[in-house]
Amino acid sequence: MSAETPVTSHPIVDQLSERFGASVIRSSTFRDNLRVLVDHSALIEVLSFLKNDAGYTFLSELGGTDYLGYPDRKEGARFEVHYVLLKQETSERIIIKVGVDDPDPTLPSVMSLWGGADWMEREVFDMYGIRFEGHPDLRRILMPDEFTSYPLRKDYPLRGRGERHNFPKITREQS
Amino acid sequence: MPVNLLEDDLDANVGTGEQEYHWTLNFGPQHPATHTTLRLVLELDGERIVKATPHIGYLHSGFEKLGEHLTFNQYVTVADRKNYISPPMNEVAWHHAVEKLLDIELTPRCKYIRVIIGELSRISDHLLCTGAAALDLGAFTAFLFAFNLRELIYDIYEQMSGYRFHPGYTRVGGVLYDFDDKVLQRIERVLQQTPKVLKDMEKLLFRNRIFLERMRGVGVLTKEMAINLSCSGPIARASGVTYDLRKDEPYLAYPDFKFQVPYATEGDCYARFQVRMEEMVQSLEIIRQAVKNLPSGPANVPISEKFPLPDKGTAYNSMEGLIQHFELIMPNRGPDSPRDEVYAAVESPNGELGYYLVADGSQVAWRTRTRPPSFIHFAVFPHLIKDHLIADVVAILGSLSIIAAELDR
Repeated sequence: MSAETPVTSHPIVDQLSERFGASVIRSSTFRDNLRVLVDHSALIEVLSFLKNDAGYTFLSELGGTDYLGYPDRKEGARFEVHYVLLKQETSERIIIKVGVDDPDPTLPSVMSLWGGADWMEREVFDMYGIRFEGHPDLRRILMPDEFTSYPLRKDYPLRGRGERHNFPKITREQS
Repeated sequence: MPVNLLEDDLDANVGTGEQEYHWTLNFGPQHPATHTTLRLVLELDGERIVKATPHIGYLHSGFEKLGEHLTFNQYVTVADRKNYISPPMNEVAWHHAVEKLLDIELTPRCKYIRVIIGELSRISDHLLCTGAAALDLGAFTAFLFAFNLRELIYDIYEQMSGYRFHPGYTRVGGVLYDFDDKVLQRIERVLQQTPKVLKDMEKLLFRNRIFLERMRGVGVLTKEMAINLSCSGPIARASGVTYDLRKDEPYLAYPDFKFQVPYATEGDCYARFQVRMEEMVQSLEIIRQAVKNLPSGPANVPISEKFPLPDKGTAYNSMEGLIQHFELIMPNRGPDSPRDEVYAAVESPNGELGYYLVADGSQVAWRTRTRPPSFIHFAVFPHLIKDHLIADVVAILGSLSIIAAELDR
């Protein structure tokens, strides 16, 4: 059951598909959210067009989702990363989504466009293992450095795999 | 020129000219001004900070992972532990997103009730933030005034839900209990006492030379930086970004109320402090209007809408209520949610608090991504502290209002 409706005509979606052609894979609205799924090769161009030319200057949110085992999902990548952009003059929002797949999920970093993406990209990397190329400081942010898994992946159990119990112990002499 | 006390090193440096080296200082997590579990690694040149590296991650409890295993109604207890300084606002944000996903239109009374508890928690949060900022800079009395007032707001939480700290008050399509006369009396008491306390705090602080000198011109965030670094809420408004979700993307009953969005253009710690003080006055104004015009009628949507949890009276005394309660409480039952995703945000005390919700058709979310304002504002800290002194760490940290549970969720 999905209330999703494909967008036939919306000014910004029209502009995007005119400029980027087949890189704009799908667009839809749900409630008041306007969403556009783009190809990852055109991600930076789409976002910089939206920021510099279309007035969506504010990156309000960036996050990831793991669709492994999502019911009735036959096509599309395993992970998707969403960018919620806001045009503050008119209070319009647009959600850009991009798919990224196993075994080596990699996306270009948007740090060159928004400094605010810094920690949000680090969090997506920490939780899902999606690498952001061009990020100057891609380290784990929530989990300790010794942690080897990616906790928000769907194949990671709720109670963990016991990593925390096996962390190396440092004695006072070694420190 | 740094001074080295070790004689050997002094000898070694003879003839080499100037040698630059930096100190490393761990600020927190046990420092009293970091309040919770924040830890900052500061690189110092004398007392000047060259680089700051914030570290988070002592509290990580997997709140977002839990959101994939608890139903929409159950998760409210986790949502209000994220920003534990203003729990009702988190509950409002969570169920705002859920109701947007399920397309539930609230009753007018419920919208007003949620506005009231949201604004009360905004006052409570700003009182803690301004009071603690004053405390960190040595003004203890202002902190006591602020905390004393927060007790009255906790009394309201206790009266309306039975819990002082984490009310867990909202439900899908409504609230736990309707407001009764005693709650309204207690709200009235807060409305009467708060303006005086705010005046006293202003009198104590705004003519205090030490306080002003340590706040003015410290940690300046320009408008361009604020937009580029995704700042929202009072922090962005103190830098001249006047965006406020209550005005610009109205939700609940906010179009019904007359209020102003205070802002400043200086972007320093003092501006952020003043914006918060003024926001409390505006919140009181909203609460006053909401209490005066509180609509009558039911607080929850009818159980024929399938999604809301019936209250105890309906569940025990009517067949429909019992069935509805059973359907919602038993696992693998209950109505379908759309297989879709939604982003919804509210204006929390610290800024835009949003939820990116992915539903898979069941009563449990596939993904609950929180857009946490504190997390994004803590990332701004290294930019603000650069080239300031160690003493300014406290002022800037206090003005950003970082809540650790919201940082690492």
